[in-house]
Amino acid sequence: MENNNKTIFGFWVYLMTDLVMFAALFATYAVLRNNSFGGPTEASTFNIYFVFAETLILLTSSFTCGMASLAAAQGNVKKVIAWFSATFALGLAFLIMEISEFHRLIKTGSGPQRSAFLSSYFALVGAHGIHIAVGLLWMAITMVVVLRRGLTPKTSSQLQRLALFWHFLDIVWIFIFTVVYLMGIM
Amino acid sequence: MQTSKSYLTAYLLSLFLVVIAFGLIYIHISSAHEVFSHPFLRVAIIALAVIQAVIQLKFFLHLGQDQNGKTNMTLIFFTLGLILIIVVGSIWIMNHLNYNMTPQQIQDYMNSQSTF
Repeated sequence: MENNNKTIFGFWVYLMTDLVMFAALFATYAVLRNNSFGGPTEASTFNIYFVFAETLILLTSSFTCGMASLAAAQGNVKKVIAWFSATFALGLAFLIMEISEFHRLIKTGSGPQRSAFLSSYFALVGAHGIHIAVGLLWMAITMVVVLRRGLTPKTSSQLQRLALFWHFLDIVWIFIFTVVYLMGIM
Repeated sequence: MQTSKSYLTAYLLSLFLVVIAFGLIYIHISSAHEVFSHPFLRVAIIALAVIQAVIQLKFFLHLGQDQNGKTNMTLIFFTLGLILIIVVGSIWIMNHLNYNMTPQQIQDYMNSQSTF
C-alpha cells in the first residue's frame, strides 16, 4: 500500500513536468499567435462548432474515465472494461476529429510551415494530440491486462495512473480551447 | 469521498462552464463583435477555465486528498510558480523585444496611427 502511494506520487511528479512542457508550448503560442506572415490568421483558421464538439467529447471521456476508476475501486472487472471502452471510443472520436482538422489545414495551405503562428499552433495542439494517442494505446493495453489478470493491486495501480493521465489531458485541453480557440476566434 | 454523484456533479458543472464560455464567444461573434468587450471576454473565459480546472483537479484528480497529507498540492503550487515565470516572463520579454527591435520608421508610423 505504501509503495502505491510512492508510485502515485511519482506519477504526479511526471504529470507536473508534462505540465511545464505544455506551459512552454503555450508561452510560445502566446508570443507567436499574431505572426501569420500574410497567411491564414486565427480567425480564418478556427471553427468554433468543431472545437465545441471536440471539447464536449473529451470532457465526457474524462467523466467516463472517472466512472471506470470507481468501478475499479469496487473490484468490478466488467464495469471497468465497459467504462474504459466508452472512454476509449470518445477519445478516439476526439483524435479522429483533430487529425481530420489537421489534414484539412495542411491540404489548404495552412500547414505548420506556413507561418510562425501555424507552427506554434501545430506544436501545441499536436503535442496534446500525441498525448491523447499514447493514452489511447495505454488504455487498450491496460484493458487487455485487466481482462487477463483481473483487478490485482498492480493492475489497479496501473488504472489509477492511467486515469490521472487522462484527466490531466482534459485539464490541459480546457486551457487549449480557451487560450487558443476562444481567444483566437474573438 | 469518491462517489458517482461527485463525479457526475463535477461533469455537469464543467459542461455548464464550457457552454457559458463558448456561448459568450458565440454571442460576441454573431453580433459582429459588438456585444461584450475584448477585455471583459478575456477575463471571463480565463476565469471560467480556471474554475473548471480547479473543479476537475478536485473531483476528477482528487487533488489534496492523498494519504501523504496534501503533498501533491505542494507539487502543483511549485509547478504553477514555475509556469508563471515561464509564461508571463516569455510574453513580457518578447513583447518588449518586439517593440525595441522595431525600426524607427515603422515606430513613427505606428505612433502616428490611432488604431494600434
